[in-house]
Amino acid sequence: MGLFTELKDSISRATDRLFSEQEPKRIGIYGPPNAGKTTLANRIARDWTGDAVGAESHVPHETRRARRKENVEIERDGKTVTIDIVDTPGVTTKVDYEEFTDEMDEDDAIRRSREATEGVAEAMHWLREDVDGVIYVLDSAEDPITQVNTMLIGIIESRDLPVLIFANKIDLDDSSVKRIEDAFPQHKTVPLSAKEGDNMDEVYDNIAEYFG
Amino acid sequence: MPKATNADDSDAPDGVQIDLISGERMAGMATMEKIRMILDGVHDGNIVILEEGLTPDEESRLIEVTMAEISPDEFNGIEIETYPKSDTHDSSLLGRIMGGDQAEAKLTVIGPANQIETLHKDETLISALVSRN
Repeated sequence: MGLFTELKDSISRATDRLFSEQEPKRIGIYGPPNAGKTTLANRIARDWTGDAVGAESHVPHETRRARRKENVEIERDGKTVTIDIVDTPGVTTKVDYEEFTDEMDEDDAIRRSREATEGVAEAMHWLREDVDGVIYVLDSAEDPITQVNTMLIGIIESRDLPVLIFANKIDLDDSSVKRIEDAFPQHKTVPLSAKEGDNMDEVYDNIAEYFG
Repeated sequence: MPKATNADDSDAPDGVQIDLISGERMAGMATMEKIRMILDGVHDGNIVILEEGLTPDEESRLIEVTMAEISPDEFNGIEIETYPKSDTHDSSLLGRIMGGDQAEAKLTVIGPANQIETLHKDETLISALVSRN
């Protein structure tokens, strides 16, 4: 992309955001498969709207379509911040149906892998076109320095999107929030357990501050 | 421009073809030409090494096109490796105007997902195991 085209696009995005202040911002929940994105989306949606967003599973690629929960009103310090949360499929560069054959028969595994590839492409499209900010969810018990994480954070930064990193699964014994902070020191990292509901006050404080 | 060749399967030596693509060769190519060149090489079982890597937008589109081409029992996708971004990189708009996007160009290795296994990766070293399949 040429320098001036990039500059024009950046100004255009900033202007769009300025003039759409009344519209809820669309906050994409991104990350690798099995980081707990849908568990987080459900936690946020249940806490503030009473409804869930989607099904959760330990089998990777349970979320194979981006799902938007509109008008989530988060109250902090007497103010209300309204956002749309977009739960996206986990991003990867490879999908092998044989990963799923322990959990289901071959036909279902092949169907799941096809839907997963479509879901990843959909997630990338949303990231390029349709989100105003990103919550990047990582499993804090896993090594954060992976190619997918490095590439996605780079893509998010290149689009000038505000981003918060959520170090999820702090309830696990192998959890290390510092490992994530060290991997991405340029961004704020917030520890939490979406499953257990740990540290959600700090989560909502930061969502309101970054995306309000 | 000559195309990176691929040995015919019938007389292919027992090895892995590695294509090292210079930054100069990539400079004149459109995004989809780069992606097509990479994925054509990977579909042929080659390891593609880019001297200067891809931009974030090109990486995003590479993921999308790769997903569209995954097919059970034929192509599982790609493994791609570059060094993690350094702490000192300036990703701001001003930083990119000043040439930061180019300065971040980093050696990138791409291959079939079922032939590359990353053994170790940190800010300065990538160690990978490449198999013939």
